[in-house]
Amino acid sequence: MTATSSQPQTWLKLMQGQRELILNIVSPLIMLLAWEIAARLGWIDVRFFPAPSKIFATLIKLIETGALWKHLSASMQRLFWGFLFGGIPALLLGIAMGLNRTFRAVLDPIVSATYPIPKSAILPLILLIFGLGEASKIVMVAVGIFYPILINTIAGVLEINKIYFDVSRNFGARGWQVFRTVAFPGALPLIMTGIKLGVGMGLILISLAEMVGAKSGLGYMMWNAWEILSVETMYVGLLVIAALGIVFTLVLTEIERLIVPWKATR
Amino acid sequence: MAAASQADIKIHMRDLSKVFETRKGPFVAIDRLTLDIPTGCFFMIVGPSGCGKTTLLRILAGLESQSAGELVIDQPKTSQRPGNSMVFQGDSLFPWMNVWDNAAYGLHMRRRPTAEIKEIVGHYLARTGLSKFKESYPHQLSGGMRQRVSIARAFANDPDILLMDEPFSALDEQNKLLLQEELLKIWEETRKTVMFITHSVDEAVTLGDRIMVMSAHPGRAKTIVDVPFARPRSVLELRAQPEYGEFVYQIWGHLRDEVHRARALDEAGVA
Repeated sequence: MTATSSQPQTWLKLMQGQRELILNIVSPLIMLLAWEIAARLGWIDVRFFPAPSKIFATLIKLIETGALWKHLSASMQRLFWGFLFGGIPALLLGIAMGLNRTFRAVLDPIVSATYPIPKSAILPLILLIFGLGEASKIVMVAVGIFYPILINTIAGVLEINKIYFDVSRNFGARGWQVFRTVAFPGALPLIMTGIKLGVGMGLILISLAEMVGAKSGLGYMMWNAWEILSVETMYVGLLVIAALGIVFTLVLTEIERLIVPWKATR
Repeated sequence: MAAASQADIKIHMRDLSKVFETRKGPFVAIDRLTLDIPTGCFFMIVGPSGCGKTTLLRILAGLESQSAGELVIDQPKTSQRPGNSMVFQGDSLFPWMNVWDNAAYGLHMRRRPTAEIKEIVGHYLARTGLSKFKESYPHQLSGGMRQRVSIARAFANDPDILLMDEPFSALDEQNKLLLQEELLKIWEETRKTVMFITHSVDEAVTLGDRIMVMSAHPGRAKTIVDVPFARPRSVLELRAQPEYGEFVYQIWGHLRDEVHRARALDEAGVA
């Protein structure tokens, strides 16, 4: 009786899921189509809003000439190094501050005071100190990634139930072992949140930094497009950055599912 | 019972006190407790909540230190064994480790050889019926299974003394009974010194060799009673005996006044 009545229900659920998936795909397509029609019929100004087909054609052209790849890889490299130089110190410092009260009391005011400064506002200072080369871009990304990871790591360690530290002490864990078996894995869910936020911040700052002081990168590509009034290229830049954001989020969510299995099923 | 010789005493306490400094002034959790626990004794502590039983266990575990008095634990200097391992109250398994790594935790921390870890952890997971679940994470297990892992973790660490802080209090009656039975069986293999806290008189009589009834505010030893039932015990058979009921009733007599007194004090404190 229950078996027969539950079957249509599961079907209904499946249909519901499929229906939502279809709507998710169809709605942006309809919007693009409306945009295309509006552009072709002259309802919108194509100098500002070129037709999607034009943008797509520019994208293909930029891929074929290798220009897109050049800019993309320049930005990605800066993101990578910035992520490393900002993320690892933030992680270590965050765990140390979470574990040690004194450490936290000393550093907390400094973190609280510097955190609200808009990172974009320190770009001139960074350019002054690190020059127009690669270093200034990497530093910008590093600074942007540093704070979300630091703050989330501290919160992550503080959120760990005290009983786990009692267990590790009672079972003989000392120093580094406590760090490795309790503090780090316990803080991992929030560390992942910090990394996601940090990557988003990194994308914002790298585009900004490249607009001002670079000869390569997605930010430079978009700025340059403005200077030569190639609106389609600007849209390609936006498209690629949006795609990067989506890909990063998907990859990080997948990584999170793998390394934080005890949170994934909750 | 003949007086135990000095060499047979595992845990030796003289006038042990613990005072917590609170905003309302000093709070005496344990007041001049004097106690000798023989080696291999399954020692039960029952008492109303707030009688300092958990504090006492935490002092023994080295997680707190006493404010005054003497605590000597007899352990050979050459012993490779850890002094004690605790089975904590409630969920204490690391959610980020699977069953195997949780059970092997103490051995990993002491950097025992891999072969040894494999053998010992395999043994205790088999004894607790968890072999099939060694890859599972705690959130995938029931409350009873989690507490089994916690027991396996403590036994696998092969400590000199086992400390158990109301390990079964969160479980339903059926699971509690099964786990008590299993605990007794595992304990029979090694007969380690155990210090076990409970608020259940039934549990104290079922498991223990000796029961200390504590009074609350401040925590003191009210009385210490030897349990007359032979070992090895079967939980169900033991409970079927008429002497069991009588003995439980006797212990309850000691505890009842304390529970009432503790409640009166609590209510006075709230008002």
